[in-house]
Parts: sequence; C-alpha cells; structure tokens
Amino acid sequence: MSIQDIQEEIIEEFAMFDDWMQRYEYMIELGKSLPLIDEQFKTDDNIIKGCQSKVWVHAELNSDQLEFTADSDAIITKGIIAILIRTFSNQHPKDILAADTAFIDQIGLKEHLSPTRANGLVSMIKQIKMYAIAFQTQLK
Amino acid sequence: MFDVNNIRKDFPILSRTVNGNPLVYFDNAATSQTPNQVIEVIADYYRNYNSNIHRGVHTLSQEATDAYEAARNKIKTHFNAAKAYEIILTSGTTHSINIVASGYSEILEEGDELIVSAMEHHSNIVPWQMLCERTGAILKVIPITQSGVLEMNVFEALLSEKTKLVFVNHVSNALGTVNPIAEIITKAHSVGAKVLIDGAQASPHIKADVQALDIDYYVTSAHKLCGPTGVGMLYGKEELLNTLPPYQGGGEMIAEVTFEKTTYADLPHKFEAGTPNIAGGIAFGAALDYMNGIGFESVAAYEHELLEYATSKLKEIEGLKIYGEAPQKTAVVSFNINEIHPYDIGSILDKLGIAVRTGHHCAQPVMDFYKIPGTVRASFSFYNTKEEIDLMIIALNRAIQMLQ
Repeated sequence: MSIQDIQEEIIEEFAMFDDWMQRYEYMIELGKSLPLIDEQFKTDDNIIKGCQSKVWVHAELNSDQLEFTADSDAIITKGIIAILIRTFSNQHPKDILAADTAFIDQIGLKEHLSPTRANGLVSMIKQIKMYAIAFQTQLK
Repeated sequence: MFDVNNIRKDFPILSRTVNGNPLVYFDNAATSQTPNQVIEVIADYYRNYNSNIHRGVHTLSQEATDAYEAARNKIKTHFNAAKAYEIILTSGTTHSINIVASGYSEILEEGDELIVSAMEHHSNIVPWQMLCERTGAILKVIPITQSGVLEMNVFEALLSEKTKLVFVNHVSNALGTVNPIAEIITKAHSVGAKVLIDGAQASPHIKADVQALDIDYYVTSAHKLCGPTGVGMLYGKEELLNTLPPYQGGGEMIAEVTFEKTTYADLPHKFEAGTPNIAGGIAFGAALDYMNGIGFESVAAYEHELLEYATSKLKEIEGLKIYGEAPQKTAVVSFNINEIHPYDIGSILDKLGIAVRTGHHCAQPVMDFYKIPGTVRASFSFYNTKEEIDLMIIALNRAIQMLQ
C-alpha cells in the first residue's frame, strides 16, 4: 500500500467515531499494536527531543524500504507514534520524504500539530524524515 | 466583602469555552488571567497617550512618563521599598535575576560560595551556574525533605564567611511550599551574605515587605498577579544596586556619551536601557491596584480554602500521590496518579476544557529528587471556585478510565 492509501484508510477508520473520546480511545488502542523498539535501541540518542513524554524511534533498512519501531512512556503519545509508523513503515525513503502529514488534521488530532514544545508530533515527523534522508543517501 | 461570582465578572476569558466545555483555568502558577481593569489600562494607553517616555517635551510623552513613574511608585508602595528608584522595571523575573547575576561577575572571586535551594525554577539556577563558570565561584545546594520543605539545618551548615549570595524562591512553583525567608535572610546576613528572593510565585498570594524582611533583592513578574506578560521588577537596596555594573548598554541608561567615555545614569535608569514596555509597566501598577482592591488577606484566605478542598478531593482518588505537602503552602497541588504519565492526563483534561500544567515545571532538580518525569500541577487563583475543582475531579476520573 502507498503512504497515501494508508492515510486514507486511517481517515476512514477515524471517521467512524462521533466524538474526541472515541477517537482518543481508538488511538490508545492503536498504541498497543505499535511495533516496539528493541530495548537495546532505547537509548538517549534515540529519544526525540521536543516531547514532554519520552519517545524513542529506531529505523532499519529492509532491502529498499524503511522499517520503524518505537515506544513512549505516555500512552497517547504511543498512539500518535503508532499512527505515524503505520503510515511510514515499509516504505521507500524517497516516498517518506515526499509524503505530507495533513491527514493528522483530518482525523481530528489537529491539536497535536501545534508547535508547542509539550507535544512532539512535529518533532516525530521530523525525526522520521531525518531517518529517510540518512537512508536515502545509503541507497544511492 | 469577597464575592467570587462578582470577581469572575472582571475576567472576560473565564466565560469562554475550550473544546466545547466551559474553561476551567488551573494554570495560574504559569500565568494569571487579566481583569478588564488591567486590559482597559493597556487599551487606554495605546488609544490616548502612546509615546516614548522620559525625554519627550511634548504632552503625550509627559503623560506617558507620569503614568509610568506613577506605576513605579505603586510598586514601591506595594513592596514597601524605601525609594521608588530602588524598583527597576524589567521584562520579568528571569531578566531581573540575570541583571544581578551578571553584575556579580565583577564582584565575585574564585572560591566564593553561593547557596541555592533544591526547589528553584531553572531561571533561578542557570544564571548563577553561568556566573560560577565565569568567576570560579562555587554553587552549594540546600536539600529538601520528602514533604518538600528546605532542610534548614543543612542551610546553616553551608553558611560561612565564604558565602557571598543566597538565592531562594519565596514560594516554590513546582510544590507550592512557602519558604521561611525571614529566617534565611537573618542567617545569611549573619555571615555577611546577600540574599535574592525570587518572588514570582509568591507575589500573587503574599505581599512581601522588603524593608521589614530586610530583603536585599526581590524579583517578580507582573503576569503572575493579573498583569501583562513581558514586564516585571527587580527591587534592590540602593547601596547594592549602586555597586552593580549596568547589564545592558544603550539609550536611557546613560548620563553622557562621548567616544572617549560614557557615564551611566543614576538609578533606576542605569538598568533600564532601551525603550521599556511602557504599557506593560503602567498595567503592572494597575494590576497591583486591582489585587489590593480585593485585598491580599481575602485572596490568601479564599485560596487556602480552595487548596484544602482540592487536596481532600484529590486524595479520594485511588493511587493519587501529591508532591509537596509543606505545612505552609500556596494554592498549588502537584500530583501523579499511579503510573499514568502526566502528559496523558493533561491531554484528556484539555479536551474537557480544563487547563493544568504537566511536565517538570522548569524545576527538573525537584523531579529528579522524587524520581519522576513530571507531575500534573493544578494551581488555583482567587477567581476559581469549588465547582471548578469538582469538574476537575470528574475529568480526572474519566481520564483514569481511559488511560488505565
């Protein structure tokens, strides 16, 4: 599936809910299926700066696709990173770099896009794209 | 007669909604809300006499200068300073602390000692660490107990003739503890050390009398006590401020400028380089008028009632732990519930219209002491109500349901 197809799938899933509470509960559920980062990569270097909670993200290249694993000590944050990883995992670095993230707004999680230092969605996306840049150079 | 329903009418923001719910604002320790009486003063300045102060000969400039200096006088009276020029108007507490810390880099010598408390805000730690790096002075720390009280016997043991400066907050932002500043000042003075009190968290609740307490430096921000952001004060005893070098160079702070030598202006202008936050300064005065109109005793009594009510209601929640249970506290409750991350609780509360602070509250050493990543902090003001606390308790129970 392309990144755009996955994003549309997520938008459809979230469209089933009428209120924020159901959306948050679903996001928390999604957090439980997050592909967890291996303990050895849960290092300070892998912590994403700019989040009030701790978020670790790790990436590995699998032939020409990037595979992400992550974790967080806050469960809402875990849900957010799970949504991002579902979108970007097993994709080619160049597609990750080209992708936009406006779908976050469409699934009713707009508040997480604000550049306040407390929530780190913007930093998470930046970090994922940094991995894509780094691995794209390797692929060349 | 203190009537919270009447007081709430002064604060237009309190009638707005957030995420479809009435706003419950419990982040007062971060910044307080602004009453119409202060908003009007700011609007009136820009509508009717906006102009630069202290040098203009025209009428607007004189009106603005008069209003600005009248505000300085109100601040002087409020804190009972001996002279109006001992009140330096700054951009806020952080700026005020930096003026003093920077000044001491020319006074301190290697091996001199400074004493700080373990419950300080980063703004009352980092400028002094930078000062130590520049001068070779040594920073010593007064530890705290589990209940969030300073270990005064350790403080006494740290004091010596090497101690040059002691800086502690009057009230802790993370824990709400009211520190025994009178005792700290007496003991510090007995070894010849000077004391800076960070009053940012105290001044919305407690009126500090700088002369009665013999305070050397007292700093605070207007936005904590119903004033605007971007303005605050540094009180310093005249003889101390005279020994400190200027912090910034520029206009306003000079007596005479030639390329050979510039001489500095007298207090307070020596520390007020550049065009100040004129409307902010005037509004600072208006905020003090507003608070004094209500009366600090009424405010303190009512807020204490809110604190007791919130504390007892919160304690009914299973797994809730309160950080900071000093016998003398302002209306701040810092807590965690079981292993739930404060960020998760804060996010759910926000969806329900309730504003609390989550995180380390710019006091990481306090969080490290309790070995926690942060807390949820609810801080109350005199315009909050018990009904709002009930709403927070309901919201917390919903959050627990979702998050556990």
